[in-house]
Amino acid sequence: MTRYTRRTLLKTGAAFAGASAFGFPSIVHGETEKIKIGHLTPLTGFLGALGAYATLGMRMAEEEINQAGGIMGRQLEVMSEDSVNPATAATKAQRMLEQDGVPVLIGEINSASALTIMQVADRNKKLFMQVGARSDALRGKNCNKFTFHVDIPNTVMVNTVGKALLRDNMVKDKKFFTLTADYIFGHDLLNAAKRFFGANQGNLIGDELIATDVTDFSPYLLKIRQAKPDVVCSNLAGNQVTTLIKQYAEFDLPYPIVGFNLNTADAWAAGDGNLAGTWPTVWYHTLDVPASKSFVEKFTKKNGKPPENHAWIEYVTFKMMAQAMNETKSTDTDKLIAYFEKETQFDVLKARKAYFRSWDHQLVQEAYTFSPRPKGQAKDKWDFIALGAAVPEANEPLEVINSTKEQNPCSL
Amino acid sequence: MQFGFLLEQVVNGLVLGGYYLLIALGLSLIFSVGGVVNLAHGAFYALGAYASVEITKYLGFGPAVVISPLAVAMLGILFERYILRRFYTADPILSLLVTFGLAMIAEQAIRIIWGAAPLSASIPPTFRGSIILGDFLFSRYRVMLLAVVAVVLLGVWLLLHKTSFGRVVRAGIQRPDMVAALGIRLQPYMTAIVMLGVGMAAMGGAFFAPITIVHPAMGAEIITVAFVVVVIGGLGSFWGVVIAALLVGVVRGITIHFVPAAGEASIYVLMFLVLLVRPRGLLGERIEKFE
Repeated sequence: MTRYTRRTLLKTGAAFAGASAFGFPSIVHGETEKIKIGHLTPLTGFLGALGAYATLGMRMAEEEINQAGGIMGRQLEVMSEDSVNPATAATKAQRMLEQDGVPVLIGEINSASALTIMQVADRNKKLFMQVGARSDALRGKNCNKFTFHVDIPNTVMVNTVGKALLRDNMVKDKKFFTLTADYIFGHDLLNAAKRFFGANQGNLIGDELIATDVTDFSPYLLKIRQAKPDVVCSNLAGNQVTTLIKQYAEFDLPYPIVGFNLNTADAWAAGDGNLAGTWPTVWYHTLDVPASKSFVEKFTKKNGKPPENHAWIEYVTFKMMAQAMNETKSTDTDKLIAYFEKETQFDVLKARKAYFRSWDHQLVQEAYTFSPRPKGQAKDKWDFIALGAAVPEANEPLEVINSTKEQNPCSL
Repeated sequence: MQFGFLLEQVVNGLVLGGYYLLIALGLSLIFSVGGVVNLAHGAFYALGAYASVEITKYLGFGPAVVISPLAVAMLGILFERYILRRFYTADPILSLLVTFGLAMIAEQAIRIIWGAAPLSASIPPTFRGSIILGDFLFSRYRVMLLAVVAVVLLGVWLLLHKTSFGRVVRAGIQRPDMVAALGIRLQPYMTAIVMLGVGMAAMGGAFFAPITIVHPAMGAEIITVAFVVVVIGGLGSFWGVVIAALLVGVVRGITIHFVPAAGEASIYVLMFLVLLVRPRGLLGERIEKFE
C-alpha cells in the first residue's frame, strides 16, 4: 500500500472542496458579419435556476429576431456564459468586449456581479443592459452613463408590497423582524424597507444578516420566536427565500410572513401549502394582457413549462435592444444611449408601456403583488399563486412607485 | 429567559447535528477503510433527494425515504466496483481528482435531467407543525428525523461492533495486511461499506428534501460541512464523528444566537481550534497506514 500522510490527504481534500467554487470558461466562436451580443447570467449558485430561465427567454428572443430578418438585415448571435461570481463576471465581460468585439453586453441577476460588469462597461465606454439585478445602489449612487436597468429596483418592490400592507393595516405601530441577505442586494433592500417602515410608523425590532450559503434557518427562526414580532419580513434573495418559506412552514410560527423579494421560480419550488403572505413581482405568466398571453403560449410550447419572470424580462430586453438598433440603424454606443434616453416607449407585454428614465436609466413600468391561492384551487403546479392588480393604479403615473430625484443620488 | 433561549439553540443544534451525522458518518467510513476522500459523497446525497422527490409523486413519502436510499446504495456498488476500487492503493491525489470530477459530472447530470430550477417537495401532513414543550419549540418533522438518525446510528454501531462483519471492517481499518494474511478478502467488505455510506447520504437527502431546496448544487453545499465534521471527529472513530456532528450543530446555533454574522464561519474556526490542539481529531485513532 502506498504510504501517504493524513496531513497530505486532508490538505488536498480541503483544496479540492474549495476549488469547486471556481467555474470554467466555455469556448464560444463567432462570425464577423453577425451582430454579436455578450450575455452573462448566473447559471450556478443560489441564482442559477433563475439564470436558466433567463437564458431560455434570451434564446427565444434571439430566434424570433433572426426569423424576422435579424437586426438591420444581419443575424443576431448571442454569446452566453455563466457569470459565476462578481470577479469572473467582470473578467468575462472584459474579454467579450475586448477579444470578441461585442458592441453591447446584456444580462445579470446578481447585484454584486452586475456592479462589476457596470464598471467594465464604464471603462470600455460600451453599453450594458443590466437586466435582472434589483439593488437600488446600481441605479443610485453607483449609476453610470453606459448602463440601463430593466428590472424593478428594491424601492419599487418595497413600495409595491407596502401598498398592500398599508391597505391591510399591517404597518402602523406593528413590530417587524427582518431576515436580510448579506450582500449588496440585501443591504440595499433592508435600507428601502427601513425607509418604508420609518415613513409609515412601522417598528423594526430585529434584523438578521444571512450569508448567501445558509441552508438551515432554524436558529434564526428560534430568534424570531424569542422576539415575538407582529410581522416577519424577508429581504432574502434567490433560492434562499424558498428554503426560508419551507422551514417557516415547518416550524409553524404564528406571525404572518411577507417579503420584499421572491422570484416566481423560487416560489414554485416552495411547494403548495408552504407559501404564505404577500410578495412583489415584476411579471407573472397569468397576467391578463394579450401580448403577454401570446408570449406565454409560445414559450410554453417551446420549453414545456411556463416562463418565469426572468425569462420574460430577458425576452423583452432583447426585443427592446433589437428595436433600438433597428431604429437607430446602428450598434454605436452613443446613438443607442440617446435612443433610450429620449424616453422611447416600449411594449413590455404589460397593460401600460414602459420607458427608461433619462436621469437614472431605470425602466419605469408596472409592478404587481402576488399571494398563494387557497389550498386546492390551483390548476397546476405553477398556478398556486394568484397575481394581484397592477401597481400603480391606472389613474396614477407609473413614476409614483419609483424613487424620486430627491431620494436617488444618481448623477450620470 | 436568556438562558432558556440559549438552551433552545443548543437543543436545536443537536437536532441539526443529527442530520450532518447521516452524511458525515458514511464519508468517514469510506475514508477510514479505503483511504479515499469521497468528494462525490454530496452527489449521492443530492441523488437521494431527487429520487425521493420523484418516488414521493407515485408512492408517497414513506416508501420514498426507504426506496431512494436503497436505490442509491445499489448505485454505490457500481461506484465502488468500477471506480473507487482502482484507487485504494494509489496516490490519494488521484482518488480526489476522480471523485471531484464525478461530483461535477453528477451535478451537471442532475441539471440536464431535472433542470436547474429547484424541485418542490413538502413535509407530509402528519409531520407538519411544531411541538411546544415548556419554553421549547420543536419542529415535529425534525423530532421524527432525530429518531430516524438515532435508529440508523444504533444500527450502524451494532453492525460495526457486534457482528463478524464489523470485526473484519474494524480490523481492515487498522491492519489491512493482517486481514489479508488471515485469508480474508477486504473487497466485498469495502463494497458493503461504500453501499452503507452512500445509502446513508441518500437517506439524508431524502429526509432533508422537504425542508431544504432540492437543486443541482445541493451536494456541493453539504460536502464541505460533512468534511469539516469528519476532520473534527477524527478518522476511524465512530463516536468521534457523532460528537463532532453534534458539536458543529451546537456551535453554529450558539454563535448565531450571540454573533449572527459569524454563524457560518464558526464551524471552520472550531475545526481550526480542534486541529491545533489535536491534529488527529477529537477521537481519531492512530491509523498506521495514514501516519
